[in-house]
Amino acid sequence: MPALRSESFALPLKHHAAPPAARSEAMPPPIRSDSVPLRTEHDVVIARQLIRKIAQEIGFKLVDQTKLVTATSELARNTVTYGGGGVLKWEHIVQAAKEGLRLTFCDQGPGIADIEQAMKEGFTTGKGLGMGLPGARRLVNDFAIESRPGAGTRVTITRWKLP
Amino acid sequence: MPSTLPEIIRTKHQQLHTQWLSELSRGLGADGRISQAELAEQTAEFLRVLAQASEDGGWDRIDGPALEPVRHFLSEVSRSRAVQGYLPTEIATFVFSLKKPLFELLRQSLERQDPQKLAEEIWRATALIDNLAMHTFNAYQQTRESIITRQQAELLELSTPVVKLWEGILALPMIGTLDSARAQTVMESLLQRIVETGSQIAIIDITGVPTVDTLVAQHLLKTISAIRLMGADCIISGIRPQIAQTIVHLGITLEGVTTRATLADALALALRRSGLTITNNRSGA
Amino acid sequence: MERIPILQMGKLLLITVQIDMHDHTALVLQDDLLAKIAQTGARGVLIDISALDMVDSYIGRMIANISVMSGLLNARTVLVGMRPSVAITLVELGLSLPGVKTALNVQRGMELLAGAEKDEDEADAGAQE
Repeated sequence: MPALRSESFALPLKHHAAPPAARSEAMPPPIRSDSVPLRTEHDVVIARQLIRKIAQEIGFKLVDQTKLVTATSELARNTVTYGGGGVLKWEHIVQAAKEGLRLTFCDQGPGIADIEQAMKEGFTTGKGLGMGLPGARRLVNDFAIESRPGAGTRVTITRWKLP
Repeated sequence: MPSTLPEIIRTKHQQLHTQWLSELSRGLGADGRISQAELAEQTAEFLRVLAQASEDGGWDRIDGPALEPVRHFLSEVSRSRAVQGYLPTEIATFVFSLKKPLFELLRQSLERQDPQKLAEEIWRATALIDNLAMHTFNAYQQTRESIITRQQAELLELSTPVVKLWEGILALPMIGTLDSARAQTVMESLLQRIVETGSQIAIIDITGVPTVDTLVAQHLLKTISAIRLMGADCIISGIRPQIAQTIVHLGITLEGVTTRATLADALALALRRSGLTITNNRSGA
Repeated sequence: MERIPILQMGKLLLITVQIDMHDHTALVLQDDLLAKIAQTGARGVLIDISALDMVDSYIGRMIANISVMSGLLNARTVLVGMRPSVAITLVELGLSLPGVKTALNVQRGMELLAGAEKDEDEADAGAQE
């Protein structure tokens, strides 16, 4: 089970430039990443469709694509509804041994007072049926959440592609 | 007069290639698995990539980004050799055999003018070649592993076929141990077949599964839930007495799950639920 | 504004979800459906999600709500056409949609509703004797 971490890590939001055309064809593919805003419920729909497209391009099998898109829907909605709006950053990670998609949901909202409580099943803030965090965690391989009251929330999830 | 390793690779390109090729032809090309033409092309391409990298500088760090294109090229060569069934030593030889011609050229350039520098450059050359050879070996390993993984997946497909027992009744006879990856694949193919055939009942037979632990039970329960969500029914058959005991001991609840001891019993139930009866037309003694 | 159409077929209401819904669209659908049940006296509701490649907890809740609320208005709900990848994900998510009847496709769904209605009518008739 992935552990809950609260150490902070700076995630620079930058585009990785495409390689210059003069390079030989032996260049490995560049790491892709980008960010989209999450301010309205329309942004949630856009985010879902974007992640579906990217997951398809990376070559995730259908079930894994669906898990990523569903997790995106849950967490993006949280960002909009509870976080007062924020940003989704996606990164296509290519390492020697594995390849995956990392999504980071960031907001500057009120934060979560009791993370452990929020990660338990059936937790609700009273506004509805809760934030769906434990469910979202089961859909991905790596899950990390960092949140403090008054300091916003950051949820990072990763799904690795099986060879 | 070129005096450093990068300069030699850039300027003595042709000579290096000829000598390297002749070294290799004595070994790799000897048994005819790879043609002279192909060998010549690969060695030429490698030297070209190496020369290009040396132009871009930054060779102080062998692990650095400057040599990334070279490593990438070697990975590709290694991969194709691995698929063809070469031994890892044969692939490493491809790189190692570059040492002799390289040292020879360095010696020619530096022996008289600067013996100290010669020693340094030979060390540089050996460090570079060793590093690249190890990288080649790693790439080979990864390719072999991915081949094995692919073969395992194919074996998986073959060993868990979904069988149509009757119109609207599917059976999945599970054989062997259920690991997580297998359980996933199996679940997905069963669900897919249910949709494709429009079958109302799926029988999962675990007679051939030696042990049922909490993990296996969890996978089964998830499969059953998914089948129900899709609008079909599920029966688990092949519950041996030992398995029934294990399930109780482990505290696993199979509430709401229909189970039967044998596949035959499960089929009888499935037929009844489908509104079908079997009559024996041969009456009499 | 996107709105999911509700098709009336006799005493049956058919909803075919074919778009990636906004949250508010789901809310509007619930309102529209209840109004329609009351207006038509429908006895059955069929929700066809065979075009959906994703169902999250919000849509799941919508479906569960529709099932309960329709029941209060004496209409049965059946969910049909769930795709395998969606089913697997929902199970992993922990949504079992209790109390929601399901069927493989619209055809089976209609048979299920017809059968259930017949049973109910017979039970009512029996009770009156």
